[in-house]
Amino acid sequence: MNLQEVLPQSMTQATRQVFSTMLGVEVEVLDTLVEKSLPESTDGLVSFIGLAGSWAGTGSLACSKALGCLICSKMLMTEATSIDEEVLDAVAEITNMVIGSVKTELESIVGPLGLSIPTVVFGRNFTTKSAGTADWIVVRFRCEDETLSVKMCLAPTEKITHVIPHSLGQTCAVDM
Amino acid sequence: MESDILVVDDSAAIRKILQRVLRQTGMAIGTVYEAGDGQEALDVLKAHKIDLVLTDINMPKMDGIQLLGAIKAAPQWSGMPVMMITTEGGETKVGEAVRLGASGYVRKPFTADQIKEKLAGIVELAVTL
Repeated sequence: MNLQEVLPQSMTQATRQVFSTMLGVEVEVLDTLVEKSLPESTDGLVSFIGLAGSWAGTGSLACSKALGCLICSKMLMTEATSIDEEVLDAVAEITNMVIGSVKTELESIVGPLGLSIPTVVFGRNFTTKSAGTADWIVVRFRCEDETLSVKMCLAPTEKITHVIPHSLGQTCAVDM
Repeated sequence: MESDILVVDDSAAIRKILQRVLRQTGMAIGTVYEAGDGQEALDVLKAHKIDLVLTDINMPKMDGIQLLGAIKAAPQWSGMPVMMITTEGGETKVGEAVRLGASGYVRKPFTADQIKEKLAGIVELAVTL
């Protein structure tokens, strides 16, 4: 599977649909890029959600405090001006929907995938680092004069070959 | 007659949205109870007479599939309609929910009209049974 072809399109479609349906907001793609898994300094909100199956990795959304408040305000029809539990919860749920939609599309290619409960972090000048070595596919959007980054990092899970001996030249289709 | 509804989702945002959407459906709705996971939902079901459950699938402690299984296994609740509202679009989880007796499902993200349409079908079915 060529992730660099499949994922950006799926991430763009999912983000557009979730923002339009749940928030009534249109997003515009700024660019798509591939990032190495290097430590990254961040301000604002970052959410993470894990994926596991024949492929495993992480989906992430990153945005400013202002966009986090806007997401909450539009989603709950309230006025959010500072980061509180409602804003964190709204961003977590939007992450769940965006990455969940991408997961559903990926499942037709790679088989069933599990999705973790999302985690959201808010702060200033904090650093994130993935323990994985796979590159991140990043799609950046313009959303109401703010920037939203949707990121995914996926790699095939390691197959363990079995240890049952075979006669010379015999092939075996069993993988464990 | 008004229906009492239980909304189960670990996201308070989604519970709040569903409260609003349910009030907009035009259905005769009494109390809308909330629970953050399957275990909390069972506590609400033991304490109140609920007519319909709307539940997420992917939740901590006890997920929506386990909750659905517990409801369908209990004689006092087995006839209660349960609608799944989930990001899960794959056949695995949704298929399992249907096999366990879910009355229907709506995928997130959802519109108020989608919830209304599905609920109308479920309520109609419940009345004819």
